[in-house]
Amino acid sequence: MDVLTPRTLDEALRLKAERPDAVPIQGGTDVMVELNFDRARPSALLNLSEVAELRGWSRENGTIRLGAALTYTEAMEMPLADALPALAEASRTVGGPQIRNRGTVGGNLGTASPAGDALPPLLIGDAVVELASLRGERAVPVAAFLTGPRQNALADGELIVGVRVRAADGPQTFMKVGPRNAMVISVVSLALTVDHDGAEIRAAFGSAGPVVGLVTAPLAELDGFPERVSAAASPIDDVRGSAAYRRHSLRVLTERALERCLQ
Amino acid sequence: MTTAARTLERGRVGESVKRVDAIPKVTGEFAYSSDLFAAGMLWGHTLRSPHAHARIVEIDISDAVGMPRVHAVLTHADVPGAQTYGLEFADQPVLAIDRVRYFGEPVAVVAAEHPEQARRAAERIHVDYEPLEPVVDPERATEQAPIHDGRPTAGHGFRDDARPNVVRTIVIRHGDPDAQAEVSVSGVYELGIQDQAFLGPESGLAVPDAEGGVDIYVATQWLHVDRDQVAPCLGLEPDQVRIHLAGVGGAFGGREDLSIQIHAAMLALHAGRPVKMVYNREESFVGHIHRHPAKIWMEQRANRDGKLVNVRAKILLDGGAYASSSAAVTANASSFACGPYAVENALVECTCVYTNNPPCGAMRGFGAVQSCFAHEAQMDKLAAELGIDPVELRLRNALAPGDSLPTGQKITGSFPAAEVIRRAAALPMPEPEELPRDPLRLPGGSGNTTRGQGVKRGVGFAVGFKNVCYSEGFDDSTAARVRLTGTGNGLEAEVDCAAAEVGQGVVNVILQTARTELELDDVVLGSATTSSVGSAGSASASRMTWMAAGAVQLAARAAREELARRGGELKPAETIDVERVYHHRPTTPLDPETGQVTGDGAHVAYICAAMRVVAEVDVELGLTRVVWIGTAQDVGKAVNPQAVYGQIEGGTAQGLGLALMEEIQTRDGLIANASFTDYLIPTTLDMPPVVAELVEEPEPDAPYGVKGVGEPPTVVSTAAIVSALRDATGRDLNRVPVRPDDIVGLS
Repeated sequence: MDVLTPRTLDEALRLKAERPDAVPIQGGTDVMVELNFDRARPSALLNLSEVAELRGWSRENGTIRLGAALTYTEAMEMPLADALPALAEASRTVGGPQIRNRGTVGGNLGTASPAGDALPPLLIGDAVVELASLRGERAVPVAAFLTGPRQNALADGELIVGVRVRAADGPQTFMKVGPRNAMVISVVSLALTVDHDGAEIRAAFGSAGPVVGLVTAPLAELDGFPERVSAAASPIDDVRGSAAYRRHSLRVLTERALERCLQ
Repeated sequence: MTTAARTLERGRVGESVKRVDAIPKVTGEFAYSSDLFAAGMLWGHTLRSPHAHARIVEIDISDAVGMPRVHAVLTHADVPGAQTYGLEFADQPVLAIDRVRYFGEPVAVVAAEHPEQARRAAERIHVDYEPLEPVVDPERATEQAPIHDGRPTAGHGFRDDARPNVVRTIVIRHGDPDAQAEVSVSGVYELGIQDQAFLGPESGLAVPDAEGGVDIYVATQWLHVDRDQVAPCLGLEPDQVRIHLAGVGGAFGGREDLSIQIHAAMLALHAGRPVKMVYNREESFVGHIHRHPAKIWMEQRANRDGKLVNVRAKILLDGGAYASSSAAVTANASSFACGPYAVENALVECTCVYTNNPPCGAMRGFGAVQSCFAHEAQMDKLAAELGIDPVELRLRNALAPGDSLPTGQKITGSFPAAEVIRRAAALPMPEPEELPRDPLRLPGGSGNTTRGQGVKRGVGFAVGFKNVCYSEGFDDSTAARVRLTGTGNGLEAEVDCAAAEVGQGVVNVILQTARTELELDDVVLGSATTSSVGSAGSASASRMTWMAAGAVQLAARAAREELARRGGELKPAETIDVERVYHHRPTTPLDPETGQVTGDGAHVAYICAAMRVVAEVDVELGLTRVVWIGTAQDVGKAVNPQAVYGQIEGGTAQGLGLALMEEIQTRDGLIANASFTDYLIPTTLDMPPVVAELVEEPEPDAPYGVKGVGEPPTVVSTAAIVSALRDATGRDLNRVPVRPDDIVGLS
């Protein structure tokens, strides 16, 4: 197995074009698990951890741009945590400190698991994923980017370089249910915001369908919204929980999130 | 490869002494069995069955053998000696012969110069399986085709149970099993499969000597019983197989059975080079036995004053594909089914069956965990039925010296059940914490799921007990050797004992005992090995402190007597070298028909613990935060009090895991969650502080009055935590681990 370590984004895109089989690796919190469990033996890894352009975040008017290499630890820090409170809360639920220091938002998008903790907060913020290749750049809304369980819209030779998301303009929260009080993959999760300008409720659930799902409603249709979120999910029974429990919990979480955001 | 002799912390019996291995383990310097290295070593890999039950039609190794840097590809045809082994019955093939009986059963082993080469070579072994219908429902197992030929348990003096797939059945008839009383409560209780989940996976190194023998460095619990199982399979004499203890990363019963020992030795002897094997995490879940899942039907009959009159219990244990220590687990589950309570009448039927589920055997608590979960749920139910305080009800029935177990064995020695109940119940519980709080201090923890909505507080109580040392006629003796050497200006002492340090602290116990008996500070402990000293027995059954202290005390006293005969001094380099073997008092088997004791009695001594638990439960989401645990434990005598508290906390955490989250899930016999991503063990946010009181009532037969400490916290904490959850939720919660679905009423 080759490990390719580009120093710049241009070099990374060139290497990815030359070696489309190379698996991008940033923090390694997903890729290394696959390797350690013998589930994957890629011919090459494209180690992005030296590419400075992927790091950090910036603000342009009401939009926050997150570099693909933004770690969960960084997402929990002020002032970013103020701009994207649900993402900060979601980041706090990820693994332990060591994992949060390594794991990245870009990696979460790349893995595209329905249990990705960063994904519901991105969905409620109308996030758009920035992709780049030697052919150029394109921007794909996160809902279109996530095409299935562990499947995304990355084309050959493309890398995730960042994600643009609307800064919160109303209260937000994130909640995650797991049978253990820390370091757990979500059984079900929910990000919710009440957007005061549009007077809209936006909720996104994780681990309750093949991809994370978004449910919105005008604030006027508050009644029955928890049931709508629950009904929008298409959960399955698996080793982490039952479909019935996931539907039930989504309703409870939505009620509580609304209470938090509307108080 | 040889471990340097361990030098010593000062401190004598009864003093808190820093663990010899503490700092190396915390700083990462400690060499675990997975860290071993030998020049020129190869890496072993195991090919395992993807089926829970299948006939092996053919194994073709020809592609694998020819691969570069592959030095050995071995199947059952290459086993030099006996084809099967086992702790109680030799029913487990070294490598599958014509049939696989569980998911993950070893079929072939490979040695290559790099672990990846070994793994790839194993992939090239072609095994033609013909899948068979797996026996996976223990309630139907006794009506299905036997998965082992013949009657595997015949000839062991057990009850004659002719049903297919029975490992052992015990029926205990005590007093009048039909006795009636004023009230009756009953329930059905279930426990899932718990895993030991030790952090250090199965691993070790086998090094061939130049004379056909082999040295095996391995993490294990009982060096000599490994040797006695390994040597016949290798076709070697016992002294040609030397087992040396390598650094053990946790055991909890899961290292009583063999894992890599025979495989690595076969590969090493075949290749003529050292062979190292290390299981990965997924493999570790199929590489050792688990705690028996159980279903227990129990009825208690009592009078209005709370006095138990009759206990009727039926216990079904799923032993999985091979016997392991199932027969002894069956004896424990039945012996302790009525709890630490005096009851004059009882009918207990306990059956362990073979299935094609993962094999089960020893795990901390060993049958008593399962029974305790049932009898304590019943005691809470009976207290509610009678309107008697649950603590008071337990006190009224507490077993005491002079009373008898349902097996007819009279309690002699120390048995302070009432005292541990009183002491645990007297511990002050914390006041509820105010809201708002950091979510980390609420059910759901870092998941941020509640600010207090749905949260209810509950208080639970439980009492549990079990035996110390092996039972039913087994003489699990311990040897120790003491050498005194003159130095010119005094004496130095070296102790050898093959007791396995599995993280419990027996190394300190040995040293503290030696220092106390020899009245010397300078004592060196040799490496644990079969080549320098006799058997220590197993680091199991909460026995190692008692037995090791007994053996070291005997040997040290013998050395001092010899020293006195020589005038109290040794010339420089003059030595005294004595080995002594300590035996606990003898026990005898249960009568196979009545389940009553014969002769001296089936058990040596008992240890009990009581525990009170405060928990908060989010009853809408089914999530739990255990807030506080207070316990009083009968320890006889705390040799190293700091280590005793550590055992109590660790044992409690393991029981908490079973109560709330730990379960190996299977589908048609296949394990569905063989990883720490999906087999969850408690984190520091799940485990509260433990306030522990040590009840030191000496055991008359034991050195310094010691008993054992490792198991009672695990026996009692599962029951006590679920008791608190029932109090918070008002639900029955008759199955562990308790799932969120059970709490919110979806199951």
